Amino acid sequence: MTRKQRRLVLIGGSIGVLAVAIGLVLNALSGSIVFFNSPTDIKEKHIAAGTRIRVGGLVKDGSVQRGDNLRIRFEVTDGKSDVPVRYQGIVPDLFREGQGVVAEGKLEAGGTVDADTVLAKHDERYMPREVVDALKKSGRWQEGEAK
Amino acid sequence: MIPELGHYALVLALALGLIQSVAPIVGAKTHDAALIRLASSTALMQFLLVAASFGALVTCYVTSDFSVKTVFENSHSLMPLLYKFTSVWGNHEGSMLLWVFILSLFGGLVAAFGVNLPATLKAYVLAVQSWIAVAFYLFILLTSNPFLRLPQAPIEGQDLNPILQDLGLAIHPPLLYLGYVGFSISFSFAIAALIEGRIDAAWARFVRPWTLMAWMFLTLGIAMGSYWAYYTLGWGGFWFWDPVENASLMPWLAGTALLHSAVVMEKRNALKVWTILLSVLTFSLSLIGTFLVRSGVLTSVHSFANDPARGVFILGILVLFIGGGLSLFAWRAPMLKQGGLFAPISREGSLVFNNLFLTTACLTVFVGTLYPLALEALTGTKISVGGPFFNLTFGPLFVALMFAMPFGPLLAWKRGDLLGVAQRLMTACAVGLVAVAITFAIKGGASVLAPFGVGLAFYVMMGAIIDLVERTGLMRLPMATVRTRAAGLPRSAWGTAAAHFGIAVSMLGIIGAATWGTERIVSVSPGQTISLSGYDLTFGGLVERTGPNYTAQVATFIVREGGVQIGVMEPSKRNFSARQMSTNEAALMTRGVSQIYLSLGDANKDGAIAIRLYYKPAVMLIWLGAVVMMLGGALSLSDRRLRVGAPKPAARAAMQPAE
Repeated sequence: MTRKQRRLVLIGGSIGVLAVAIGLVLNALSGSIVFFNSPTDIKEKHIAAGTRIRVGGLVKDGSVQRGDNLRIRFEVTDGKSDVPVRYQGIVPDLFREGQGVVAEGKLEAGGTVDADTVLAKHDERYMPREVVDALKKSGRWQEGEAK
Repeated sequence: MIPELGHYALVLALALGLIQSVAPIVGAKTHDAALIRLASSTALMQFLLVAASFGALVTCYVTSDFSVKTVFENSHSLMPLLYKFTSVWGNHEGSMLLWVFILSLFGGLVAAFGVNLPATLKAYVLAVQSWIAVAFYLFILLTSNPFLRLPQAPIEGQDLNPILQDLGLAIHPPLLYLGYVGFSISFSFAIAALIEGRIDAAWARFVRPWTLMAWMFLTLGIAMGSYWAYYTLGWGGFWFWDPVENASLMPWLAGTALLHSAVVMEKRNALKVWTILLSVLTFSLSLIGTFLVRSGVLTSVHSFANDPARGVFILGILVLFIGGGLSLFAWRAPMLKQGGLFAPISREGSLVFNNLFLTTACLTVFVGTLYPLALEALTGTKISVGGPFFNLTFGPLFVALMFAMPFGPLLAWKRGDLLGVAQRLMTACAVGLVAVAITFAIKGGASVLAPFGVGLAFYVMMGAIIDLVERTGLMRLPMATVRTRAAGLPRSAWGTAAAHFGIAVSMLGIIGAATWGTERIVSVSPGQTISLSGYDLTFGGLVERTGPNYTAQVATFIVREGGVQIGVMEPSKRNFSARQMSTNEAALMTRGVSQIYLSLGDANKDGAIAIRLYYKPAVMLIWLGAVVMMLGGALSLSDRRLRVGAPKPAARAAMQPAE
């Protein structure tokens, strides 16, 4: 093989691998990304039931109900709208009423989110960014409220 | 007084850094030996000054000097001494100081141990190293000064984030930084080569030990971070495809590719331009990692309190070094001479294959990590890209890489015999297939992919062994010959085999824990027994215990296997009064390479408590594999041909100035 042919093999191979990788990435992006929504978005956007979503806001005061087998229901609020969330399992240590939370799961026909993941803050001083933005959008956020 | 001294030392280091950024280059251009020699002295001096500065900050923390703002915000007088020490880098300012401390350490090491480097190359390398240092000194002094005083010294500190009050903080960040920052050396070498417009196999020989060292630390640092997250976050996950984790994985992938391409360059004088590009890219990815973690664009345990000015500053550094590095590459790389020829099927070809797959895998991680950020910046739409994305993209690429891995070391340089190698790997294939069959027989077909993954891992492990058997002639030659051949085998060959073996071991652990792990999340009352995977755990009750700066609720569980008591597990929850925060301390019981993992949820008023109980088969292999990989790197590093300061070829000696 000449130098040119060898280089062609190399370039062809690289393009082949890259093409496969791009295919994989596009395929995975269309199937496995999850959109983040504030409770108001969910009310206003008419998201199809069965879609996987992330919802973030504050755990509404007085909304937490605990059931058997570690079942828990609560509402996520951004001050304007509330979204009910259902979850089974152990919620994070910093999950509390009035605190920021992000839940991920399937949106059901009734508007309830059947969550399989509930995330709270890592640290008492900071809010999840997504929650801050959701609260800012609904006008409930005052700068300097939490650092 | 001490904080001011630390601050002053850092300012002095900056001044020296500025001199070192310019003087050696002028010296190299004008052949002024005095200016060239200056670089080594300033590099060592910079190291001493930054060490003094770091030492000053450590002193402030250890003596709980709350008049210093960061100490007040991140320490507490009741914390154990170890945590007082580690909280130095448990915050933004201190961790940046650790970053430059390690950077200056590497600069000092090049100055001290690079005695056999060509003088001008060394001058350029140290100058470039100093550019990076100056940028980060400025960043610290202008936006993140750890020595800032409070007008009035508070009596007590606000305590370190309880999640960070762990031995992990003593191990994970320093190792990770040694890895991240270590790649700055290969970056500096690459830039120096581009400035000089000259690069040869000797260059690769100089760069490889540094790259190898950085890679070893990064490997171990990532593994230790993973283990820390595993036991501290309370739900037994060991890798989350979290952006900050990806930020460390990307330089690792690029660095691994760099290690392999540097071999081709050293042995065959080929792939030069590509190796230079990879050196630039690897450190660029380290910088991007620093940016992602330190700028506050991401929320995670790793991002401390932040103000936007810092993000912009780091972004500036990023643009300067990555943009500058790549522009210089585009301008100068065409001037570098092309190297040796090789057929596509050859050792070189296999290493190109390795590089292709590693960099592509790195690219998919890059897309998955940065696409959500870019999308949010451009359209405001927030998405999250998690595990499923990476499993679908990174997974197939890595499987292909693992499959090809045993072929590489067995192929000959220049022109290899694929069929011959395939024949020699028959045993490995057989072992792999037997492993698939056995796994299916034991575990059933619940997961089809996992048994094949196990087979692949065994095939790679066997492949690494076959490589050594072939090289030493074991089973073919008389024992005495084998012994001499084994003794004569370069350490790097042993290192390669060990590292390849190690990644297969890690793979086994990942498959085992992810596929055949079992879990129960239940509420238990005192006296109740829970069974999982053949183990019975009886809940004894909750007791209160007091730690130095926290109170803990400790649950006691007696663990039995087949009716025989094998131990007691005591998971707990700690409440830290200073921050009104609690942490979850999972209890782990290691059985062989598997673990029982128990963590607590909320307690009910009637004395019952929610628990998460996991059985994680083979989980320890994940981190053991990483340790084996690191030891492989260490073996390779101890190879006398690579040792820093090993004798150089006689022909080059004539070019050295007498020093």
